[in-house]
Order: sequence, then structure tokens, then C-alpha cells
Amino acid sequence: MPPDTSPASPAIHQPWPLRDKIAFVGIGTTRYGNFPETDSYGLGCEALNAALDDAGLKPSEIDGLIVNRIPSYERFAEIMGINPQYCLLTEAPGRFSGVSLALAAQAIASGAAETIALVYGNNGRSVRMLYGGGDSQWSPWGMTSPGAIHAMMWQRHMHEFGTTHADLGPVSVAFRHHACLNPDAVMHGRPITLEDHAAARPICEPLKLLDYCLINDGAVAWIMTSAERARDLRRPAVLLSGYARQDAFHYGSAPADDFWYPNLSATRSVYDRAGFGRDDIQGLGIYDNFSPTVMFSLEGLGFCKQGESGDFVRDGTLQLGTDGAKGGRWPTNTSGGHLSDSYMQGWGIIAECVRQLRDDCGDRQIPNAQAMQYICATNIAQSLILRRDA
Amino acid sequence: MSLATRPAPVIDNWNRTFWDACRERRLVLQRCTATGRCFFPPGPVSPFTGRPDWEWVTASGRGELWSFVVFHQKYFDGMKDELPYPVAMVKLEEGPYLLTNLDGMTAAEARIGMRLAVRFPGGPGDFLLPQFGPEA
Repeated sequence: MPPDTSPASPAIHQPWPLRDKIAFVGIGTTRYGNFPETDSYGLGCEALNAALDDAGLKPSEIDGLIVNRIPSYERFAEIMGINPQYCLLTEAPGRFSGVSLALAAQAIASGAAETIALVYGNNGRSVRMLYGGGDSQWSPWGMTSPGAIHAMMWQRHMHEFGTTHADLGPVSVAFRHHACLNPDAVMHGRPITLEDHAAARPICEPLKLLDYCLINDGAVAWIMTSAERARDLRRPAVLLSGYARQDAFHYGSAPADDFWYPNLSATRSVYDRAGFGRDDIQGLGIYDNFSPTVMFSLEGLGFCKQGESGDFVRDGTLQLGTDGAKGGRWPTNTSGGHLSDSYMQGWGIIAECVRQLRDDCGDRQIPNAQAMQYICATNIAQSLILRRDA
Repeated sequence: MSLATRPAPVIDNWNRTFWDACRERRLVLQRCTATGRCFFPPGPVSPFTGRPDWEWVTASGRGELWSFVVFHQKYFDGMKDELPYPVAMVKLEEGPYLLTNLDGMTAAEARIGMRLAVRFPGGPGDFLLPQFGPEA
């Protein structure tokens, strides 16, 4: 039930005041899997220590802390011995990885904190977290789970644009291919074909098992600070060049009837904010809780026309080259993404974008990666662009 | 069908009238008095004005199938005998969407854009759940 109001027009005539002012200086990720011997606190500490080591920093040098999927910021700060001047816990949905990133950037730019640790920890697998069930607006009709919302939207997309379930196959296959290049990915060593994608068991039709992300235990930490300070630290700084966001909450609690196209389109202002365009970007990170979100993201940000994402991804556009073979123009989710690395709710995908810009990616490194773009298609549509420090 | 074992609706101060009307086999919606537009789920104010200026109206009970899915995964114990079950997204003539189920037809017969009408074949406890089937 969209209201008559359209999303606010981004103020593209004004330079974005945060352009290249904020940097990533430390990245840490844990192993992903089933770890009942620990919990989100233990995993979060492991990731944060890895990020601190990466940056060459001590906990006492952290004066800002944002935690996500870790139950208590107080307990986490107590455990790590951090007494910051800026601290908060952000909401659970994966759209809050990008939101948390933006909050940290704003806090650093405004002087609220100098060096912020952002820590995501999830033990959803060992506690058998169910993404569905429970009481809700639609539970009397059996409607539940994020997967079903995306299934409903993809069914409509197929009707409106003539796309098919098979059009999603190249997305799942590309990300699995990347997981096979990433020794740390949960699905490393388990390649799939388009036939496997088509023959997978249905979960919520039209979506099947290989359209769904992987629920695992794990944690991710990022350390962010000013670009100026970053240049004194041990790793090459990766700069936040642009960030754009547009919310759309008018769907009446039902699946979005417009594939989030208007609010995703509004985030195309990310290029103006960054000061450079698509031609200067070598790879993508796309929030892939389910394979259709990749299609909605590509269409919304204008990589292809609306309805043409099936054609766009068909010939390996999102896939890295291997063994000397030429890859596609837009290598996406090079770690394997949520579909084949692990569902770390955007945190792991953004970490991978940073790693690409530091040449940390080994067999899955994008040649000459200078800038990466992240996209998250939800009712809080976001896109951000990261680049190497010049 | 086992509508009797479905999850019960969560009643709040805004949707109570909707569920009371269902017991009388009527589908009701809130209508914004300033714009004449209907909205759902029920809430304290009109989303078109932000003001508490609205009235309950009886909907036509007709709409079109906007999209649908078929659940194979069990999320609710009371629905395990219904698996695989369809959930339909119906665009009501008055504008709002309802997520509902198909009655008197199967998912294989569902065609996006087809006309559907409400019926109240049963529900958990003393609730009646709106379901949709082919228009008479």
C-alpha cells in the first residue's frame, strides 16, 4: 500500500561531507560452523582480537564500541576490558551491518569517538535459531520467515518480467564457485551446478534449498577510525568513499510489492557521494540472504534494467575467473557470500570487500581491485563504496 | 484442512474489531476519512495523514491474486498436516494486501491476477480466519 509520497531525493548537488574521511584499519573473522562450546561473546572476542592484531591496536585504544547479535554491550565491554566514550547495541536484522557502519562513520566524523570497534557475533546454529515461526501479524495463515517474503516477491517478479527460478541459478553457482576458492568458507570443496540448483528440495516455493543462506556460528569485527589516523597504522587504509540509504516502511507488513526498486534506486546517489562511478569499481558485495535479493540489488542500483537481471547474471557476470580463464565483469561475494561462505548478515561481506582492497584474498583476489561496492536490498536500502587509499 | 489447529491471532487494541467482524463472516478495514483510502494491518492513525481520523468499513471481500508461495518447511506444529500449504498475497479491491490461504482450490490452480473472494471456513478457537477462493 505505497503512499503517494516518493522517496526523498538525495542531495546530489552537495558534496558528501564524509567522502574518504573514514577508514577501515582492522578486520577479523572467526571460523564458521557449529561451536556449542562457546557463544556470541566468545566468538565476538575471537573476531575482535583478530581485528586488533590486524590493526596493531590494543583494547585500551578502542574508544567506541558497536555490537550486533551479541546480547549485551555492557557484558561484552566488561569481558574485553573496554571503557569507551561511545557505545551501542544495534538491531538484529542484517540491514543493520550497513547501518552500524554508517553510525560509526558519523561518530568518528563528529568527534564522538576516535577508534570504533564494531563486533558481530552469532551462535544461531548451535542454539538452533529458527528464522520463522512464532506469533506475528500473519502467523494464523502460516506466513512466516524471511525466505517466504523473498519467495513471494520472486514469484511476482517472474510473473511481471518473465524471469524464472532457473535465472537464480547462476547466482548460487557463482557464489559456490567462490566458496571453493576460499578455504575458510563453509561450503569449500562442495561445488554445485545449475542442475543441482534446479533439483534442490523446495523450502518455500518458488525458492529451493540452494537459494537460501547458511545459518552458522561465527563472528566478524571491523575497526574504523579517521583516514588521517589510519595512515599511521600497520595495514593499508581502506576508505569509505560513499554511503547512501533510503528507507521504505509503507508496505503494510506485507512483502514489498515493488521489489524495493524505488528506494534502491534512490541509493544510486552513492556514486555522487563517492565522486566516481561504476566504471571505476571492480567488484561487488551484495547482501544475499536469498538469491532473489541479488537480483533486486542489481536492478535497483541500475546494473541492468528492471526485470533483466536473469539475462544479466546468466553468462558468469558475477563469477571470478580461475586458472587463467577470464572472469565476469562483476565478481560478487568473492568469499562465497551468505549462500556459500556463511550468513554473517552483511558483516562478512563487507569484511571481504575490505580484504579485496588490501590484496588479502589469495586465490579469490580480484585483479587490480581499486574500489568495491556493497548493496543491501531491504526496506532499509543501502549502498556503500570503499576504495584503496591513494 | 485443519484450520482449528492454526496459530491463534495476536489480538491488540487496533485489530480487535477486525477479528470480531470475522466471527460475523465480514471483512472490515479501516478507511482514512481525509483521503478515503483503506489500510491494513489495523493501527491507531491513518498512514496517509498520520492522524487518528478513520472509520471501519465493510470491504467487498474481493480482490486479485498478487502472488503466492508454497511452504514445504514446517514452522508451526498445528500446520504440519497441511504441508505443503500455499500462502496467497491478495490485493483487495480497496487497496490493501492480505496474506491468506486458498480455499476451494489448489496452488496448482493459482494464477496471478485471478479474481478471488473471501470466505470463512473455520479457524482456531472461536476465531474465523479469512480465506480466499475463486470468485462466485
